[in-house]
Amino acid sequence: MKIASKEISAVSLVQEALDKAKKYADYNIFISMNEEAALNRAKEIDAKIAKGEKVGRLAGVPYACKDNFLSKQGATTAASKILEPLKAPLDATAIEKLEKEGAIMIGRVNLDAFAHGSSTENSYFGVTKNSADTTRVAGGSSGGSAVAVALDIVPFATGTDTGGSIRQPASFNGIYGIKPTYGTISRYGVVAMASSLDCVGFLARSAEDLDLLMEICAGQDPKDLTTLPDYYVNREVKEPKKIGVIKDFDSDAIDSTIRGALKQKLDELKSDGYEIVDLEMPILKYALAVYYIICPAEVTSNLSRYDGIRYGYRSDEAKAVDEIFGKTRSDGFMPENKRRIMVGNFVLSSGFYDAYFLKAMKARTLIIQAFEDAFKKCDVILAPVSPNPAFKIGEKVNDPVAMYMEDILSVTLNLAGVPGVAIPVGKTESGLPLGLQLIGPRRSDKSLLAFAGKIGNSLDKEGA
Amino acid sequence: MEITREEIDHLAGLSDLSLSDKEAESLKGDLENIIKYISQLNELDTEGVEPTYQVFEMENVWREDDIIPQDADREKLLNLVPAYQGNIGTQDNQIKVPKVL
Repeated sequence: MKIASKEISAVSLVQEALDKAKKYADYNIFISMNEEAALNRAKEIDAKIAKGEKVGRLAGVPYACKDNFLSKQGATTAASKILEPLKAPLDATAIEKLEKEGAIMIGRVNLDAFAHGSSTENSYFGVTKNSADTTRVAGGSSGGSAVAVALDIVPFATGTDTGGSIRQPASFNGIYGIKPTYGTISRYGVVAMASSLDCVGFLARSAEDLDLLMEICAGQDPKDLTTLPDYYVNREVKEPKKIGVIKDFDSDAIDSTIRGALKQKLDELKSDGYEIVDLEMPILKYALAVYYIICPAEVTSNLSRYDGIRYGYRSDEAKAVDEIFGKTRSDGFMPENKRRIMVGNFVLSSGFYDAYFLKAMKARTLIIQAFEDAFKKCDVILAPVSPNPAFKIGEKVNDPVAMYMEDILSVTLNLAGVPGVAIPVGKTESGLPLGLQLIGPRRSDKSLLAFAGKIGNSLDKEGA
Repeated sequence: MEITREEIDHLAGLSDLSLSDKEAESLKGDLENIIKYISQLNELDTEGVEPTYQVFEMENVWREDDIIPQDADREKLLNLVPAYQGNIGTQDNQIKVPKVL
């Protein structure tokens, strides 16, 4: 990552990023800009450098913030109407750590409202376009983050991944993205979606940059009791020898371009001396059904806080208390938010709880066991991220089940709590980026990123 | 699985959503498709399997029972309450809401 030095000033880095953001306005990447504050921060950092004072590891590096992180800079929307941009009185821990190292937020980027979606089409602020083809989706929910990095507006962006929301847009735009082991980075100050699945992570142009961001942000936070004690910083990297491949994913349900890219990568690894291990994981066929029970159930609970009383949007029409809730929530949520809240209440309601919610929780145990068994046979797994490259805008937006199928390969990691890294591996004939994901056992994130850097394409060599 | 309009209205009530007729009808179709998809779990044998509610590997994370100073104090939080309109808003350092009972 370009670190501000005497040769290149923080102000010029930030100005360049702001100029590029304006140049690419048609992609609808940013929800709000942080121009004045960003330039002021850059001036402060340049002054520190001029005086010879110590600056952080990200001094002067501009970044884009997925708009579901709270920060005292600007206001948070979660790409919804119901937060009516929230001027938060606090910083998310991840944002605080980045800023402490000198990173500069130039603006907040688009997502599916409340991170519910796989295309960044379910946003109150409109659709974000794919970096390689503007008739196609950015992927989601971290679509704005992915396009901002792919177009080289910023070297990195923050993201959240509940069922693939970092990895899928990263691979739709040909960049790197990490969903860490569950509990690695604090979620304090991040808009909650599904708490047993949500992870904070990053999208960047190289695995090395992701490693630096993990070094900075990983670790226990007294404000988030679901953070693990640090296992990441300065740890030794283990080189994998055995690469697993999930045979159950090798079907016609996966686009031939993606299966082709996987096969080619596996052939390369084989000739480089790695052992390829075939894995049978038939339980993964049920992962998407499990996910679309657990996720809406937790969404229902997390989104019950948006009541129009304490913050955000409140409907003008409401007079009585129950009208305030009902009208505010109906106006303020996007259709996909409402679908998930309704499905969540269905699977949790009496008469259906055992058949759906409890059943899904048991199936989750079987999915975790399948990964534990797999990692007895191999060190890492190489798999597709999504069943297809970026699809056309509007193609799936009116068919929720077709949209959910996008997540069929990515949700398994969130259910098991294991880490995954999306890596760019090439392009289709028509120039659409192709990505794969590396999956490792819990807490193997550092080794996974080192290996991702070794086998993924270099963006700068491609001149992308 | 067929979902009746009554069931949609019941779920909307649980969800605190005031749906228009058009929205309710469209959600009815969507929910039927989604529930049909997730119902494939019925064929999976989970006899004797323990449920997993969370994947965090730790239990009983203890800390001292001290008050940790937060950025968000009472005044800042009350400033977030939507502007006074109708009969709700802030008054006397509290949130005022319509009569509940």
